[in-house]
Amino acid sequence: MASIDSAETGFSTDLPPEIAAEERRAPGSGPWRIALRRLRRNKVALVFGVVFVLLVALSLSAPLYAKHIAHTTPYKNRIADTITVHGQQKNIVDFDGTPIGPTWTKQYFLGADRNGRDVMVRLLYGGRTSLLIGFGASLITLVLATFFGLMAGFFGGWIDAIISRCFDVMWAFPVILLGVALGVSLNLGGITVGPLSLKGGSLWIPTIIIGISYVVYLGRPIRGQVLQLREKEFIEAARAQGLGPWRIMFSELLPNLASTLLVFFPLIVANAVLLEAALSFLGAGVQPPEPSWGVMISEGVDLLTTAPWLTIAPGLMLVLTVLSLNIFGEGVRDALDPRAKIRMEH
Amino acid sequence: MSADVTTPAAAEPTARGRKALLEVEHVTQWFPVKSGIVIDRTVANVHAVDDVSFTLTEGETLGLVGESGCGKTTLSRTVLKLLNPTTGTLRFDGRDITKANRRGMRPVRREMQMVFQDPFASLNPRKRVGQILQTPLKQRGVAKDQLQKDAADLLDRVGLRREHVNRFPHEFSGGQRQRIGIARALAMQPKLIVLDEPVSALDVSIQAQIINLLEELQDGLGLTYLFVAHDLSVVRHVSDRIAVMYLGKIMELSPAEELYDKPIHPYTQALLSAIPVPDPRENRARERIVVSGEPPNPINPPPGCVFNTRCPRATDVCRTVIPPLTEYANGHQAACHHPLNVTAEEIATSIRSDASPKLAGDVVPDLVPAGVTAGS
Repeated sequence: MASIDSAETGFSTDLPPEIAAEERRAPGSGPWRIALRRLRRNKVALVFGVVFVLLVALSLSAPLYAKHIAHTTPYKNRIADTITVHGQQKNIVDFDGTPIGPTWTKQYFLGADRNGRDVMVRLLYGGRTSLLIGFGASLITLVLATFFGLMAGFFGGWIDAIISRCFDVMWAFPVILLGVALGVSLNLGGITVGPLSLKGGSLWIPTIIIGISYVVYLGRPIRGQVLQLREKEFIEAARAQGLGPWRIMFSELLPNLASTLLVFFPLIVANAVLLEAALSFLGAGVQPPEPSWGVMISEGVDLLTTAPWLTIAPGLMLVLTVLSLNIFGEGVRDALDPRAKIRMEH
Repeated sequence: MSADVTTPAAAEPTARGRKALLEVEHVTQWFPVKSGIVIDRTVANVHAVDDVSFTLTEGETLGLVGESGCGKTTLSRTVLKLLNPTTGTLRFDGRDITKANRRGMRPVRREMQMVFQDPFASLNPRKRVGQILQTPLKQRGVAKDQLQKDAADLLDRVGLRREHVNRFPHEFSGGQRQRIGIARALAMQPKLIVLDEPVSALDVSIQAQIINLLEELQDGLGLTYLFVAHDLSVVRHVSDRIAVMYLGKIMELSPAEELYDKPIHPYTQALLSAIPVPDPRENRARERIVVSGEPPNPINPPPGCVFNTRCPRATDVCRTVIPPLTEYANGHQAACHHPLNVTAEEIATSIRSDASPKLAGDVVPDLVPAGVTAGS
């Protein structure tokens, strides 16, 4: 999924002249501030960042929209009902099973699905689910990958051997296959580990599965970077001061990994949202009637010819989310470390 | 005090009457070369440091010179216990620290610090200068409300401005960064500072400033230095004594001026003749001893004297017997079977030094008049 090509992924300090000039006026500005300044210069990345923030805001406001504008819930079936659109009374779901198309009014703004549920409401609620899983999974990835990558890279020896072999096994598994296998079995039976128990159909299940699936893609580059950093003399200086391995890992090494983590995070969120959609489409992720973009596409695909809005709407949202995250992520990368070539690949 | 560090009655006073601060006895540092797919097997060892002994007395500067790859950096890391010696004994201030673990090292850690070669790699790029200096201060147990002031005082001490605490390393030049590195070492209030080529990454004009700063600090704080370098002219200026290393072994150890006036080991002489002379006419006129070839592979060092493969004076004895370190007048030691610049009486009054490698043969050096190649 991701690889680092540049020999050194540390923060680059070769400043463009205009920033260097500002630098002289404001001494003591740290790497973060310089990066922020560079990011502010990148208008395209900022625009897409704003697009993403808007998507998040819209998804978060789903309950408000449902309650005050559409007056419905994402689960409410109205197969047999009729509504009045521009003075005409229409069936929400036609007798041949075709649901009503976009009305562009408060109710059924984007039409209905085959159960007569409001697509717009489900789209917003689905976004909430999809983004929640995306962020949750990415945080799980971030924490686990940082921890294992640091351990493997810093300690080396048998600890590295065990962690790296586990990474290899996960690397060898196609993410989708791993997700489907885990998702189907966990969603059917749920899981109980000690005091924690997850029921089948819980949102935690796809979150954890996706989070774990991507650990290796971040853990490997982090391990590589730690291997490089731990040979630096400032680590030796820390050891000469008598700092222990954990102090060195978390107070000396971690700040140097922060830019890598920050660059990877948006890209991982984008991939996690995509994987969630894929798993849900295959029935191994979010379980209906819970809405998510993947679930909606999966439900709408049968009616692709007669009711295309059922698939186009969530599909567009997915594209917009992934695109904005990727472009914004690239901007973040350019700002933090212009020399690193970090790509996502499957 | 931890049980790992034993304290004998008192450190032995040395011949000069001052206390020995660091005693290195027959220290070896081997790095295993491993191969194998599942189970790593040690197939060979890199003999980075091979049976080295020397003593640092309080307040002195010992220069450690040698070409790249001769083990001087490894030795400096071993002395600070950043690497654990394969065999041998390290004593600091009379305490045996060879076997001490991290906890056991804690009381000793603050007394020995290091200044690194590369001022760009030795400071954490993500930390402000203040944070870089406060970590060792905290480690030493300085009170929280004192930290800010102490960090600023340290900057003062090394010739930087107090306001610089809030800056990041990338905002400084190489020389300034090296000053920060020195301040970081001073933060622990050490007795011994190992200087690992502290000026070789710097401009010549800055080198002088840093060296003057180091000397000033030594006078003011009574520091002891182990000054590692590959540049004999820099070492000459700062050192009281100089040790010359080659392929993991000490070849010659002598008072600084004497090494330049009267090199005993042919390798030392070759190093000296490699010092560039700024006057081209003089440079052309002088007779240079050029040592040909590359240093041998430290995985498989040559038998006998390690320098025999490149030495112009090598004979059969050099190829079979490891030369002991012979101590001549003035504490001038050299490990050579065919020494230069010595007289018959000097050889007669010389003694075999305790610092000799354990495997060294019991051979007295022979007298070869300077300029004549022995055995030919």
